[in-house]
Amino acid sequence: MWEQIRVNKRNSVILLSTMAFCLMALGAVMGLAFGGGEGAFFGVMIATVIWLVLMVVSFSSGDQILLASSKAKLVTHEVHPQLFNVVEEMKIAANLPKMPKIYIINDPSPNAFATGRSPERASVAVTAGLLARLNRDELQGVIAHEMSHIVNRDILFITLAGVMLGSIVLMSQVFLRGMFYSSMGSTRRYSSRSSNQGGAGIVFLVIALVAAILAPIFVQILYFSLSRRREYLADAGAVRLSRYPEGLVSALEKISQNNKPLEAANKVTAPMYISNPFRGKKGVNLYSTHPPIEERIKILRHMSRGASFKDYSDSYSQTVGGASVMPASALKTVESVELRKASAHAKRKESRKKQQRQVGDIMRMVNGFAFLSCACGLKMKIPPNFKGDKVKCPRCGKVSVISKG
Amino acid sequence: MWISFAVIGGIILLIIVAVISIYNSLVRLRNQVDNAWSQIDVQLKRRHDLIPNLVETAKGYMTHERETFESITKARSQAMGAQGAAEASKAEGMLSEALSKFMLVVENYPELKANENFLSLQETLTSTENKIAFARQGYNDQVLFFNNKIQMFPSNVIANSFNFTKRDFFEIENEAEREVPKVSF
Repeated sequence: MWEQIRVNKRNSVILLSTMAFCLMALGAVMGLAFGGGEGAFFGVMIATVIWLVLMVVSFSSGDQILLASSKAKLVTHEVHPQLFNVVEEMKIAANLPKMPKIYIINDPSPNAFATGRSPERASVAVTAGLLARLNRDELQGVIAHEMSHIVNRDILFITLAGVMLGSIVLMSQVFLRGMFYSSMGSTRRYSSRSSNQGGAGIVFLVIALVAAILAPIFVQILYFSLSRRREYLADAGAVRLSRYPEGLVSALEKISQNNKPLEAANKVTAPMYISNPFRGKKGVNLYSTHPPIEERIKILRHMSRGASFKDYSDSYSQTVGGASVMPASALKTVESVELRKASAHAKRKESRKKQQRQVGDIMRMVNGFAFLSCACGLKMKIPPNFKGDKVKCPRCGKVSVISKG
Repeated sequence: MWISFAVIGGIILLIIVAVISIYNSLVRLRNQVDNAWSQIDVQLKRRHDLIPNLVETAKGYMTHERETFESITKARSQAMGAQGAAEASKAEGMLSEALSKFMLVVENYPELKANENFLSLQETLTSTENKIAFARQGYNDQVLFFNNKIQMFPSNVIANSFNFTKRDFFEIENEAEREVPKVSF
């Protein structure tokens, strides 16, 4: 396990240096195009400043920004005891130093993500749609997947790589816009400078244009291919933690039946979710953040002997074929982790409607609704912006007093 | 003459340093085992505390299941009095078995299953059982590591002279307990 984390760290460093190099080169070429040698220096400086600012922001409060932008609400044990318990179970299995914070997102699309730069300050967020659909074992599978993202330090990697990608995209956009306006003639200064330098200026300009268009594409492809690999690893880790692949399988099946996109996600944060929040196109392409869900299900289904990384890797080569998707370091430690049986509790069919109503109530509770039981047995939900202190029961007509606070 | 003294002195010094470092690592490992055990112990205690509540809630609905309640109560008091991992794992295994039988019988009482209080107790119990299972894995890993260390040379010499003894695994007695037993009514 520790070996795995070490290799992950090394890979992250390699990827990040590549991206940093791309960013600096981009800055240099753009600077050259505008103002020769001094310009190149200036370009690198601008690239560094953009990167540093984004980095500081994302490092200090990246998780808070992500959670706030997905409108995630922090919940306590009382709000959803089962979710809380499942997270605690996986925390014990993963041997995390601290209990992650738990958030619920009010969105009908089933999905989940983990965030926070280290296991000490990790957060797990799930959507209301996920809670409404999954049973206990399935929820455990999803949480185990998120937990292994935390253990593998994937969140740190995705945050850092995402920032780098963001900087490169930003630089290119600024440059291309700048080019567009200066060619319109609104800024004469640059064009006169480059004409002074003659042919060399035009060559740099062309190189910079090509770089500005290609660099974001190249970096994105790199980013998404690594993100796909880490999904496989997180699936394998989830099975190892929960020792029950069937839970994750049926959770993924239920998630894949849904085709509503998640509103709170964007292209850079997409790798953090358990399944691609955009859906849409079937199959995998260079821009996919996640492996196709059918393939993930097939691999997990095929695991019948054990729950170790080795078993996942074997299953991968048997179902998908080709070289192992798991890094060699994960397979080095030989261990046997036995699979467990489905819990009796999960086998019971809970009525879907009831579960959805419960989640609805949870979301209202989180959003500050007040609950009031009438004498006739009807439970009334009072929105936080309700004026007045008396409410009439719609069923029996009895007037009740709302107690504040 | 002086050289041979220096060499012997050096060797003795080296041995002393090695003994100290092995001793320290043994102490660290033993503490890790104790820590892992306390993780399980917390959950076992929580399960013991849950049972009176559970029985009290269910009793009102399940009037014809005296035997089931008795076997749970008996298994609980045995598990609470157990000393050490080996004895505890046996007693706790019996308690788990009694509880899983109880959960099966519960299926016949729809009114009980609709009780909010019982449902929340059931969720806590399920979660506690899971936590025991996951903590057990961690504990057994630590025990294996510790036992290997005190049996292997050269650390076994130090372990023997300072009274480090082998620890017991926390095993679930019969693996069948994890499966749902087939009961025909």
